[in-house]
Amino acid sequence: MAKARGNVFFDNDRCKGCELCTTVCPVDIITIDRNTINKKGYHPAHVTQPEKCIACGNCALVCPDLVITIERVA
Amino acid sequence: MDKVLMKGNEALCAAAIRGGCQFFFGYPITPQNEIPEYMSRELGRAGGTFLQAESEVAAINMVYGAAGAGARVMTSSSSPGIALKQEGISYICGAELPCVIVNISRGGPGLGGIQPSQADYFQATRGGGNGDYYLLVFAPANIQEAADLMIEAFDLADLYRMPVMILGDGMLGQMMEPVVFKERKPRDLPQKDWATTGTAGKRKPNIINSLRLDPAELENLNIRLQEKYAQLKANEVRYETHQTEDAELVFVAYGTSSRIVKNAVAVMRANGLKAGLIRPITLWPFPEQAFEELPDSLRALMSVELSHGQMIDDVKIAARGRWPVGFYGRSGGMIFTQQEIVEAGEKLLREVSHVSGV
Amino acid sequence: MSVVFEKTKGLTEKEFHYCPGCTHGIIHRLVAEVLEEMDLLGDAIGVAPVGCAVLAYDYFNCDMHEAAHGRAPAVATGVKRALPEKTVFAYQGDGDLASIGTAEIVHAAHRGENITVIFVNNAIYGMTGGQMAPTTMIGQRTTTSPFGRNAEQTGAPIRIAEMLATIEGASFIERTSVHNPVHIRKAKKAIRTAFECQQNRKGFSMVEVLSTCPTNWGMSPLASLGWVAENMIPYYPLGNFRNPDKEA
Repeated sequence: MAKARGNVFFDNDRCKGCELCTTVCPVDIITIDRNTINKKGYHPAHVTQPEKCIACGNCALVCPDLVITIERVA
Repeated sequence: MDKVLMKGNEALCAAAIRGGCQFFFGYPITPQNEIPEYMSRELGRAGGTFLQAESEVAAINMVYGAAGAGARVMTSSSSPGIALKQEGISYICGAELPCVIVNISRGGPGLGGIQPSQADYFQATRGGGNGDYYLLVFAPANIQEAADLMIEAFDLADLYRMPVMILGDGMLGQMMEPVVFKERKPRDLPQKDWATTGTAGKRKPNIINSLRLDPAELENLNIRLQEKYAQLKANEVRYETHQTEDAELVFVAYGTSSRIVKNAVAVMRANGLKAGLIRPITLWPFPEQAFEELPDSLRALMSVELSHGQMIDDVKIAARGRWPVGFYGRSGGMIFTQQEIVEAGEKLLREVSHVSGV
Repeated sequence: MSVVFEKTKGLTEKEFHYCPGCTHGIIHRLVAEVLEEMDLLGDAIGVAPVGCAVLAYDYFNCDMHEAAHGRAPAVATGVKRALPEKTVFAYQGDGDLASIGTAEIVHAAHRGENITVIFVNNAIYGMTGGQMAPTTMIGQRTTTSPFGRNAEQTGAPIRIAEMLATIEGASFIERTSVHNPVHIRKAKKAIRTAFECQQNRKGFSMVEVLSTCPTNWGMSPLASLGWVAENMIPYYPLGNFRNPDKEA
């Protein structure tokens, strides 16, 4: 079965930098972006290597603030 | 419409059903137990729903829920039970919900007694809960009047989107009198498009709420409530005057005890003393205008209450210092006799004429 | 291209005011997703009593009542009796349900009221700044148990799910948690079953959801999830305590 591939979108300004999504990604591509501050004044989470995303949905599942949208591309 | 002999508590229920009551949430407390009992028997037959709650606090919150869902809903209790409902009543006013609340009051404070009392006047008219709000408060003097007012109560509650209180007492609730249940006069009432009936995907959600964390919004709510209360003062004040046209002394009394005062007026007149009575039917808004129509012959007012004096404050406000205001009252469930009122009235007139040297 | 995850229509556009990492946000989403998936949003009326989640009346995309502290089950009863065909739920915190509102929740269950209660247990009063709740753990420091809760003075934490499960009218009672993806999926399933219980008129349903309060616990959001697993779950065991379909 071809490996699933996903497009993941973080709505940065909704993020509160709570880090819950950073520990559930099976391919470990989510970290807190210390170089950015969002509208709320937090460092938002972001995806470091989007191409590795397997569209599992864990990050969106644990996000308390509806920051993450995921599409499956393959 | 035939005349029937009925206990006050039960007549209130029959009238409520005729007035369109669909839901009743209540809790046992003497001396109003016949109300939930009657409703548990009859409301279902009339297509409505009766539910006994686990407490008066739960009952008033069930009223809040059903009223917010657009239903015609009522609760009843007695003095300490009404005290338990005060937070709920404040929420109902803050969320502008219609409902009817009956208080068959009893002696207090605390557990008090189960005999009649009018010591809940402040609780009813000054708002027993938190915040600036009032209820439209009716004080029927007999069972026919109680039924007439109850039939209207749900329409008035819907019209103004607020609670209407029927303030009775143990006498009114427990005694039997002949009563005729009249037809409800048609009124065109506003649609309840604010009610939470489910959006059905067709409208924005309705929210029944009294929380306004933004002070400007909360002030706007309060201003809107005050405008409502001004309308009530303009349109809904009711009172009866009895032989005040040439009176030297006018008693002010309401509810069942005002009937004793009426007898005292007759006895004093027979003794050559011109007495009269102002009987507020709405306790809130208080009928201040009744005090603008009093004759020059008036030398004193006397507030007569089954308490140690609460309505007397409103009488003094309405009197605006133009006349001395006396007081006579009994409490604890003791009921004054006609003779006590006559003697109190005569005594006041003597004191007043002594002072004014007439 | 299929959508794996997007914001549910069961929530409005309003962003949550909750503290970073507060799991109220997850639980709101689960309830909203279930209502959307069961096509109940148009029929749903929710009750949000005093507590952090009082503002849920701005978040759930259905008719809502704000209720006095502890009285949501009574308000929900009034709504349900007035509109028996509608789906009525209450979303309550532990200070609301397990303290001031215990009479109301017990009697809603006792009456077998056909409503669904989402009971969010984070072992503390959140909105008012972190006071002890009846669900606060032994030894847990709060602003009103500054030396750690001790049972001799304030009793032991109350297990609501087990308590309500002794009541005949309680048809579906389950305790869940949202401290990781596996448990979040399970919690959503329980919430769905609870609403189905209501839809099938089987009586009172309640899902207790262990939740976090990073701000008042004085922990990071991630550490808070760990605290739920290590401290709360051993004392508040997860699982089903009443199920209408299971033969008694």
